[in-house]
Amino acid sequence: MSAPAKPILRPGAEAIAAKGWLAAHKWLLLRRASQLGILLLFLLGPWFGIWIVKGNLNFSYTLNVLPLADPYVIAQSLLARQVPEKLALTGAAIVLLLYLLVGGRAYCSWVCPVNLVTDFAYWLRVRLGLKGSAHISRPTRYWMLGMTLVVATVTGSIAWEMVNPVSMAHRGLIFGMGLAWAVLLAVFLFDLFVMRHGWCGHLCPVGAFYSLIGSFSLTRVKLPARSACNDCMDCFAVCPEPQVIRPALKAIDGAPPVILETNCTNCGRCIDICSKDVFAFGTRFNSTVVPVAGVASAAPK
Amino acid sequence: MDTESKPSTAARRQFLAGTARMACGVGLLGLGVGLYARHARALPPAAIRPPGALAETDFSAACIRCGMCVRDCPFNILHLAKPEQPLSTGTPYFVARQAPCEMCEDIPCVKACPTGALDHALKDINKSKMGLAVLVDHETCLNFLGLRCDICYRVCPVIDKAITLEPQTNARTGKHTLFIPVVHSDHCTGCGKCEKACPTEIAAIKVFPLYMAKGQLSSHYRLGWVEKEKAGGSLVAPDIEHRYNMPEGMTYESGKGLSSDAVPPAPTSGAAPGSATGLPKALQGGKL
Ligand code: SF4
Ligand code: SF4
Ligand code: SF4
Ligand code: SF4
Repeated sequence: MSAPAKPILRPGAEAIAAKGWLAAHKWLLLRRASQLGILLLFLLGPWFGIWIVKGNLNFSYTLNVLPLADPYVIAQSLLARQVPEKLALTGAAIVLLLYLLVGGRAYCSWVCPVNLVTDFAYWLRVRLGLKGSAHISRPTRYWMLGMTLVVATVTGSIAWEMVNPVSMAHRGLIFGMGLAWAVLLAVFLFDLFVMRHGWCGHLCPVGAFYSLIGSFSLTRVKLPARSACNDCMDCFAVCPEPQVIRPALKAIDGAPPVILETNCTNCGRCIDICSKDVFAFGTRFNSTVVPVAGVASAAPK
Repeated sequence: MDTESKPSTAARRQFLAGTARMACGVGLLGLGVGLYARHARALPPAAIRPPGALAETDFSAACIRCGMCVRDCPFNILHLAKPEQPLSTGTPYFVARQAPCEMCEDIPCVKACPTGALDHALKDINKSKMGLAVLVDHETCLNFLGLRCDICYRVCPVIDKAITLEPQTNARTGKHTLFIPVVHSDHCTGCGKCEKACPTEIAAIKVFPLYMAKGQLSSHYRLGWVEKEKAGGSLVAPDIEHRYNMPEGMTYESGKGLSSDAVPPAPTSGAAPGSATGLPKALQGGKL
């Protein structure tokens, strides 16, 4: 299920030539290591009886000291009028702080197991040269997010958890899949045949929730060398959310050289792929080039 | 915001149409999810929640499907529901016939629950109400058939309180006693040990979620004998002594049986005072 570490056909060739294969895949490799490593940590218990982490992404307890809880599911529980015990609330607060630090949708690219599936679907899509994609606008995910919160409020239950592919996948791997694989397969096929970056880029309310945390998060991708850009478009080709790059790269409306758009997943693929080293990780503050008012807003297509 | 001049109305119209389409799509999906969630509220009969679980409506709002309870159960009886199972996906349950709750004294499952979906106020496992055992099949229960199986009674962790054996005449043989297992809801925890242990092919005694197993009297009902006890005496006019309509010369007294008032043919010598005399032995005393 793991996505390949092979060079993507066209984009990246330049970067590999300029920096070498390893440097052109650094963040990708680290990211896969993080995704699989986290999964493995969860599986050490049930598979080998080594209990470092118990639970799943909704709530986990590490070494019986560190509680971590998904603030999104806790929010639904609160809307369904149940106030969780302190342990879950503490866990949610810790996770919230963590993503305020590393970037909201870092959850998507560094932790979420579904990302492995959808990245693979995208890789295959490019490989097979599948063109054409259904059109659903990217903000649809916020409608999805709103819908899940409304349903939680109206039904008084965490209804979305009954169908959420993200927690289904993770829980399935750890506690037994059942038919959850069918849901994952559906997501995979949807991304492969129906819509480019369909699930993660347009629909997933979990990603939408974490993108909201991203509005304030510290770690951001910066473009310290944006003037060196030679318009090869490789970053647009590999970015799962290409619309976030343009304002910062092209200084649209005087945008500072930092990707503030909340749907950047901090995957770092653009850093890898750019032969001119335009991108680098940094903080949202102190972006050197021309301090202009007007934060980069959702970009045009 | 952008201020475009010419194509703005067309663009705006298209934008509105797109938004409407999206809202409708997402709304329909939401409706589906909501209805699905509603359906999953009725816990299927074989699925029993862990000790301390809140009532089902609250539980589906409080449980975040993390499986901590599953992990900390030393007997590994708990499972998280898979998507294809007929209860809320990811919520914990056990199936008594497969593996019942062992009623750990320290209740690790409740302690492990980070949300309180398993109520932390539950400190005494004997007070838990996971479900309620019901002797569903009077035709196959071995004790009903006249055997002394008694297994459910004996394995019950709350022995002699949750299940008692009530003697009853075996009408079939006319001379034996049936020991009928009777479940008492105020003590039964719903652990399911009885269902697990029942030796028949399919258990004659089964644990069900409370909402299925327990009836309730209408709120205006009062039990006369209870009220009388509370009041320390009859609540209406003083009790009138009950009289039987007996044939001439005969009386019936509870505990003593029939006796005849008519001076019997002269009490013969050795008759114990107070005992009914002159009647066949079978008619003396209330029991056979
Ligand atoms: S968008 Fe959703 S499914 Fe995709 S990586 Fe983020 S949380 Fe996971
Ligand atoms: S901008 Fe870069 S870091 Fe952000 S999502 Fe796109 S490729 Fe990943
Ligand atoms: S009381 Fe013990 S046996 Fe029963 S569910 Fe909890 S941990 Fe498991
Ligand atoms: S530990 Fe609590 S919140 Fe987690 S699955 Fe069990 S009952 Fe639900």
